[in-house]
Amino acid sequence: MAKPRTLFDKIWDSHLVDEQPDGTCIVYVDRHLTHEVTTPQAFEGLRDAHRKVRRLDATLAVADHNVPTTDRRGGIKEEGSRIQIETLTENCREFGVELFDMNDVRQGIVHVIGPEQGFTLPGATLVCGDSHTATHGAFGCYAMGIGTSDVEHVLATQTLMMKRPKNFRINVEGALPIGVTAKDLVLAIIGKIGTAGGTGHVIEYTGQAIRYLSVEGRMTVCNMSIEAGARAGLIAPDDKTFAYLEGKPKAPKGALWEQAVAYWRTLPSDAGAVYDKDVTIKASDIAPQVTWGNSPEDVLPITGCVPAPADFADEGKRQSVERALVYMGLTAGTPLTQVKIDRVFIGSCTNGRIEDLRAAATIAKGRKVAAHVSAMVVPGSGLVKVQAEEEGLDKVFLAAGFEWREPGCSMCLGMNPDQLTAGERCASTSNRNFEGRQGPGGRTHLMSPAMAAAAAIAGTLADVRDYQR
Amino acid sequence: MDKFTTLRGIAAPLAMVNVDTDRIIPKQFLKTIKRTGLGKALFHEMRYDATGKERPEFVLNREPYRKARILIAGENFGCGSSREHAPWSLLDFGIRCVIAPSFADIFFNNCFKNGILPIVQPKALVDKLLDDAGCGANANITVDLEKQEITGPDGGRVHFDIDPFRKHCLMNGLDDIGLTLQKEAKITAFETRQRSEQPWLYR
Repeated sequence: MAKPRTLFDKIWDSHLVDEQPDGTCIVYVDRHLTHEVTTPQAFEGLRDAHRKVRRLDATLAVADHNVPTTDRRGGIKEEGSRIQIETLTENCREFGVELFDMNDVRQGIVHVIGPEQGFTLPGATLVCGDSHTATHGAFGCYAMGIGTSDVEHVLATQTLMMKRPKNFRINVEGALPIGVTAKDLVLAIIGKIGTAGGTGHVIEYTGQAIRYLSVEGRMTVCNMSIEAGARAGLIAPDDKTFAYLEGKPKAPKGALWEQAVAYWRTLPSDAGAVYDKDVTIKASDIAPQVTWGNSPEDVLPITGCVPAPADFADEGKRQSVERALVYMGLTAGTPLTQVKIDRVFIGSCTNGRIEDLRAAATIAKGRKVAAHVSAMVVPGSGLVKVQAEEEGLDKVFLAAGFEWREPGCSMCLGMNPDQLTAGERCASTSNRNFEGRQGPGGRTHLMSPAMAAAAAIAGTLADVRDYQR
Repeated sequence: MDKFTTLRGIAAPLAMVNVDTDRIIPKQFLKTIKRTGLGKALFHEMRYDATGKERPEFVLNREPYRKARILIAGENFGCGSSREHAPWSLLDFGIRCVIAPSFADIFFNNCFKNGILPIVQPKALVDKLLDDAGCGANANITVDLEKQEITGPDGGRVHFDIDPFRKHCLMNGLDDIGLTLQKEAKITAFETRQRSEQPWLYR
């Protein structure tokens, strides 16, 4: 009998082009997403070496990191951003790569549009010059972030040179309590295993709580696998996955669809498959989460208090906590719900999809953003924006005092004008609370969309469960 | 890519854990369309104040570390964003070797693509190197890739492990794309088979 294999083993084995005795492998890449920030040097490399893009049908480009989220009709004012987007446009034209430019309704954050277009498929390998490529693992797609040299390598060869990562299973037993979302779950996981907990591994998320999540929620979980240090996150495809993809513009159709689904049903891990690492988490133990420091592992239930450096055993961690408390302007022992905020950002590849906007709107409906808070909602794509407007979510947000913006990466990393100023404190649905991430001196607290909406109303970090009706 | 054989130079201590790539080079420098000239931006927020003046307390603003060729750092160095601007900025500053107890995967991989040698060493040894590096002008360290050996300022030698294939590429300055394209016939054969077995992946 064949050895039982994990979902990851099956995808890896079916994409192996070459394996050297020392374990160095050439792995085939089925899908390549590209954007303006990490590709200019890769296209330049191709040009200098007189190489072509090997598979144009497997490559898709979009402008997302630098785009303004205000009215775009006048173009981009900031020179560096404008040049980078013009360079992408020029490169796509020269090499023949399909591009969604910033005025295309399909434009959006690269990790939102891949699934939305059916470009992301189960059982496939997908790469992008962006660490949050892990998002696509929600479809049972082996998806990983790469650097620019590897972007060039994939453009030229449609492969990557790498060694086989290890298997790591995180099994989430039971159902998530009311008010606890996919974001809270993944923050709690990172809090438990740490930001280097997944290094060298591909994490497969399993268990009832994962099966119960919507496809959007699964994307949120996989998205932040990189914040746990993992090479990728994976969730086995099921009927929800297929229902999400069926009919999407770039998904297979007709007989091909049937053939694909039959294959995808063989992908889930076999009973008895062996994992190099295994962690079990009880969903019922998880409360709504919020970060307090400058690493995503610096996370606590909203009912907690700001910790003290002395609470940590490791010397290196104690030093980083000391530094984080100064940077974040926090005093140990302060209840998290007493921390006053200035800004709210709802969006990003972690939480910029329709379900995220619905969750935030449910809390915002009929309420007002606190007078001292400036809050913005940035849909993950043009199509998410259209759908939200059809559902009237824009009106809910506007009536509550949120700004309603154009799609893009926006204040998740602030390459466009959407930035925090020094000392400003933000309740953010993004993925990184690093020093300066949302603007030099800016202070980021990561949380779910519903928690961010509750914080906007309260004017402080808040427990969403107090705002649910 | 420049070959990496033996590197002798000043080692700078950066005793911090979880140094993320946003910290190595923040977003405002990612708008470049070139690989060069990013050394000025290395560790920008720690290195300069809000007015752009150097912070005298930061290690790379002090002599002799302004000329550092090696960086000694804490666990999980290079976590976060996949930006290759991080190794580009280290390289442009002059740093060609980083020694730490552990690295984040994408950063670790990006180093090799740019002729930078990341060395994983047990924490106790890194702590000793941090102490050594703190000795200023005497903090000369030699990294011999062929022998896989680090020689400290006191002449003490320690061995380090490295993937043999990556060592070969670094020592010869080899370009991955060229190597992979030597196997192009295998790639084409893979595509032919996959196209018949999984035709939905081709459009």
